Amino acid sequence: MRKAIYVRYPQAVPLKYCIDAENCIYFKKGKCRICEKFCPNKAINFNDQKREFTLKTGAIILALGSEIFDPGTHDTYGYKKSPNVVTSLEFERILSSSGPYSGHIVSSPDKNEPEKIAWLQCIGSRDERPGSKGYCSAVCCTYAVKQAMLAKEHSKKNLDAAIFYIDIRTNGKDFEKYYNRAKDDSGVRFIKSKITNITELDGKHLISYVDEAGKRIEELFDMVVLSVGLGVSKEAVNLARKLDIQLNHYGFAGSGSFEPVAGSRPGIYVCGAFQAPKDIPSSVIDASAAAGLAGSKLADYRWTLTKTKHIPEEIDVRGEPPRIGVFVCRCGSNIASIVDVPSVVEFAQSLPHVVYTEENLFSCSQDTQDKITQIIKDKRLNRVVVAACTPRTHEPLFQETLINAGINKYLFEMANIRNQCSWVHKDDKKRATEKAKSLVKMAVSKVALLDPLKEPSMPINQKVLVIGGGTAGMVAAKNLADQGYWTFLIEKADSLGGQARHLHETWQGEDIQKYLSGLIKEVQSNKNIEIFLNSRIKQVDGFAGNFKTTIENNSKSVVLEHGITIIASGASEFVPDQYLYGKDRRVVTGLELQQRFIDKDPSLTQINTAVFIQCVGSRIPQRPYCSKVCCTQSIKSAVKLKEIKPTMDVFVLYRDMRPYGLREDLYRKARSIGINFIRYDFGKEIAVEPKVETNNGNLQIAFIDCVLKRKMVIQSDLLILASAIVPEKVNRLAQLYKVTQNEDGFFAEAHVKLRPVDFATDGVFVCGLAHAPKSIDESITQAQAAASRAVRLLSAKSISAGGTVACVNPNFCSSCGVCVSICPYSAALFNKKSGKAEIEPTLCKGCGLCTASCRSGAINLKGFDNEQIFAQIFAL
Amino acid sequence: MGFSIINQQSSINNPRWEPKIVAFLCNWCSYGSADLAGVSRLQYPPNLRVIRIPCTGRMNPKFILTAFRQGVDGVWVSG
Repeated sequence: MRKAIYVRYPQAVPLKYCIDAENCIYFKKGKCRICEKFCPNKAINFNDQKREFTLKTGAIILALGSEIFDPGTHDTYGYKKSPNVVTSLEFERILSSSGPYSGHIVSSPDKNEPEKIAWLQCIGSRDERPGSKGYCSAVCCTYAVKQAMLAKEHSKKNLDAAIFYIDIRTNGKDFEKYYNRAKDDSGVRFIKSKITNITELDGKHLISYVDEAGKRIEELFDMVVLSVGLGVSKEAVNLARKLDIQLNHYGFAGSGSFEPVAGSRPGIYVCGAFQAPKDIPSSVIDASAAAGLAGSKLADYRWTLTKTKHIPEEIDVRGEPPRIGVFVCRCGSNIASIVDVPSVVEFAQSLPHVVYTEENLFSCSQDTQDKITQIIKDKRLNRVVVAACTPRTHEPLFQETLINAGINKYLFEMANIRNQCSWVHKDDKKRATEKAKSLVKMAVSKVALLDPLKEPSMPINQKVLVIGGGTAGMVAAKNLADQGYWTFLIEKADSLGGQARHLHETWQGEDIQKYLSGLIKEVQSNKNIEIFLNSRIKQVDGFAGNFKTTIENNSKSVVLEHGITIIASGASEFVPDQYLYGKDRRVVTGLELQQRFIDKDPSLTQINTAVFIQCVGSRIPQRPYCSKVCCTQSIKSAVKLKEIKPTMDVFVLYRDMRPYGLREDLYRKARSIGINFIRYDFGKEIAVEPKVETNNGNLQIAFIDCVLKRKMVIQSDLLILASAIVPEKVNRLAQLYKVTQNEDGFFAEAHVKLRPVDFATDGVFVCGLAHAPKSIDESITQAQAAASRAVRLLSAKSISAGGTVACVNPNFCSSCGVCVSICPYSAALFNKKSGKAEIEPTLCKGCGLCTASCRSGAINLKGFDNEQIFAQIFAL
Repeated sequence: MGFSIINQQSSINNPRWEPKIVAFLCNWCSYGSADLAGVSRLQYPPNLRVIRIPCTGRMNPKFILTAFRQGVDGVWVSG
């Protein structure tokens, strides 16, 4: 239960509290105002009113988010009747260390730790009853797996975690491996079932369900977590109406596969779970794409409304004796309730070179920042220490304060007396205060020895190289070219198009060939795109902002100079090595069937029975990932076959059907028109996998049906293998551009959630199948996102590196080459004239590896130099 | 170093003795974890001092030896 003054979540930005007028005693009864009395900053304003603002904009991005399904709608679950039936979002709070029980899992009311927890999937999703949603919410399977794993880790007892599901849809990048870990290593139980009822029995919950074979089973659990789905809120629907944006029958705003983040009205873009139900990585990709598309439409006006910040000229303090100011933060009561702040201030005053000290209620507040700026000027401070929270979050803010006072931002040091002191030593105030003093002393000793540093800046070459002429590569190239950036598009084959050339229709029925030929034409006729077909990359030199790539184009060497690289090198369909593929002409892959649809092959009307086998080459020990697109593609193809010949018998043999998100509609349609979906037993033994053989010229598919637990045989005249998507395992691009691949051979992004299209290497981005298996709409969005991230660098025109870089004293350098060979960023090189090592400051990341390994002591790491670290040790 | 070993031996007999520890933590992982320990309010004894380094690759053996010479009882490098 939260109070009437609250902050919505601990990570809120800005982290400011607000008053809930509906529950505030003053607003309800006209008396109280106690908060006003206690607030030391006089921040309470009871008279604040709603105000209207008018903004003139060129584009609007709708990121309206989603709301979760309210399971109270159906009384089957007993939600809100029993405290131990919770939604997954409530359970997320229980798991959180900042949650109501500090991360301990407890059940009500006795606060005991539960021994058995059940997760029920598809609550409010894949359900056509009134109040529920017909689509798949796309995120619940993976989050339930995560919650079950975490709950088992948090539990002191041997927690029994069971997930009741229809299909486990862990089809996102690397999610399948996580599912396997939960199942095989952590012992989470997965029960394919249909829940009939939950009843409370002596404080426990009796779950009645029907298992796959149709058997009725009952099991008792201490706690039940309802994996609730995502939906569009009423507010979002109302806003969309006001903006005249079309929503689909579920209220989502996505409008077609080829322009996934474009709203139905020009100039309005949509992203995140308002576009369609999706997880965080996809939402972040959407967001970059939407921002990029909005930006590209407004490219001509870029920088026209920018306000330039006035930066005072930097005072040269070199040669001056240190004049250090120490500011000790109370952080409200976060620090001051444990650490005796006045005594720390007094102690700081006694340290060498310290000429000014004070304590602040919040050193980071805007008014204190302004005050510090003034004090630096008035007291002529040339070094500053702030004893407060962590430099990882607050260093940039205080450095800004120094810049505003005309002091180089590197003449600054923080003493971490909150995260690493008051918060972790709350039971020992005396020694926490001693430690705070010691941390301040260490910071003062170091700051006295710091030098002003320069941040090297370098112009960014405004051209872009896009590798791969498939859908993703072409979309990225076109987006960049439309904004005026010269783009090189290279393709190893002799034509553009990539895998999409073999695709017939999207799951929504849009014609892919028509779209593709339009896109190819646009790319070919764009005057800012230079296309190189039949090309291979031979050599790559340079770095972000300044790449030099040598390609071999029709056996000629061409050198391309560019500032940014986008890798869209794609992946291909796995060539099956089983089920008589290649031996019997009636056995084809998913893409080969698509090709027959494109070619309007008349022989398809002759077929009486067609069988699809799912997960051919995917979700197996050698290739543990899910290829994501094959389930939907097979359903789409099955429906198409039925359209071509309604009397055809169509069977889909699957392990889990994974038509995620709104694709569930297509799956429902397929079942309603009589396509048979049969789950086959994928055991560890090859013998129980489907077996394909010819018998008297008939194609015969034998498998174990999971429902009947019996061997079944289907005679078929067309067998379609839903074959995996495979990347190049050994991809030269990885070495050439110093980017990494995951175990499966897909490129690894810098951060799964926060930087899903960036590489850890600056200036290189990824999109399309090269990143992970994905559908065409997702490839398009990701390509737009990659272009958007590229423009972010390009539009700045120059790139500046940090000042904390290594530097060689050539007088001490013995040219041994250790730094050159050890530097992970290729920043250390030999000077061709002098033969001595040099560090390229724009490439150096300041890791200090060269400094530590230089046997001649010739390399200094600015900001973390030997004498500076020694000073900290001496101050211990 | 010999000095610090003698120091420890005499200290071991004192039940209230606690070692003085210095930690060299990588800014990107372990230093962040120490911050997270704070956010999560995990409690530990206050006899630890952290020196933030940009990467454990920056670690110089001399830092460890100097710390021992300063009377530190334990050095922890993490990254």
